[in-house]
Amino acid sequence: MKYLKFLLVGIFFGIVLVKSEAVSWYRIYEMFRFESFHMYGIIGSAVLTGIILLLIAKKLNLKNIEGSIMQAPLKNKGLTRNIVGGTLFGLGWALSGACPGPMYILVGTGVFSILITIVAAIFGTFVYGLLKDKLPH
Amino acid sequence: MEYILQPWPWFISGPLIALVMFILVYFGKTFGMSSNLETFCAMCRAGKKAKLFNFNWRDQKWNLIVVLGAVIGGFIARFVLSNPIHIDLNPETIEHLQQLGFNNAGKSLLPPEIYSWEYVLSIKGLAILIAGGFLIGFGTRYAGGCTSGHAITGLSSLQLSSLIATISFFIGGLFMVHILFPLIF
Repeated sequence: MKYLKFLLVGIFFGIVLVKSEAVSWYRIYEMFRFESFHMYGIIGSAVLTGIILLLIAKKLNLKNIEGSIMQAPLKNKGLTRNIVGGTLFGLGWALSGACPGPMYILVGTGVFSILITIVAAIFGTFVYGLLKDKLPH
Repeated sequence: MEYILQPWPWFISGPLIALVMFILVYFGKTFGMSSNLETFCAMCRAGKKAKLFNFNWRDQKWNLIVVLGAVIGGFIARFVLSNPIHIDLNPETIEHLQQLGFNNAGKSLLPPEIYSWEYVLSIKGLAILIAGGFLIGFGTRYAGGCTSGHAITGLSSLQLSSLIATISFFIGGLFMVHILFPLIF
């Protein structure tokens, strides 16, 4: 039962991303051509709402359900990893039209060929794991 | 009900995505979908080959449950909560896509010219799916996050490294669409 809340959050997330069309390859293509505000509106309003929610949580000193202070985890600061890794992901994002959330959601919409993309992504992660100590971060 | 069946506008969808992030932080977790890729590697005992995967995947079960929910959510949204799909793309986008050989722009979520089995089972089609997936997996874990972890969560918590990562996502995406697409398609 303790996992039920995560299942519900996932279902909600999947519905929102399909209904917003953010899982559509076409919308990603249109975004990278700067021919629609739609995706920028989604990401922009999500970030703005996120900033406000996290600021409110901080001001009110809200605790999470485990009783500690509510805060987003700190990201790694390395410049190289963010630029090189980010650019490589961007190439894959535009080609597949999916990022790591939507690729699962799309399986639910009945596009089973995207399972190939998912397996390739797991393999890409595995190769990164093998090379991690040799790569600049 | 009619409002739910139609596509949702950005100003509804964006804040709802932020809510997903906030709820997961409230549950003492985080909104990061690409982390699951490392969990899958750990489940396959890749920890023996690389220490990145040397952790107990059961600690990440909650995130796999989010993934399971996302698949169910995708099913519900597509088959219960949607009118027939018609994505209202910019006519210029549709024209550019036709020049590249995409003739069904907006009639489905994904282009059949990439994701239908007819294309997937060709060498080029398979190569496109594998290359795209590989770049997603390698790139997100190198950068330490994807659209959810960096662009939504990281920017919402005002982290500079997430801004750098998000700008890099766009550099990669712009290069793919403007420079490589005419060569690939």
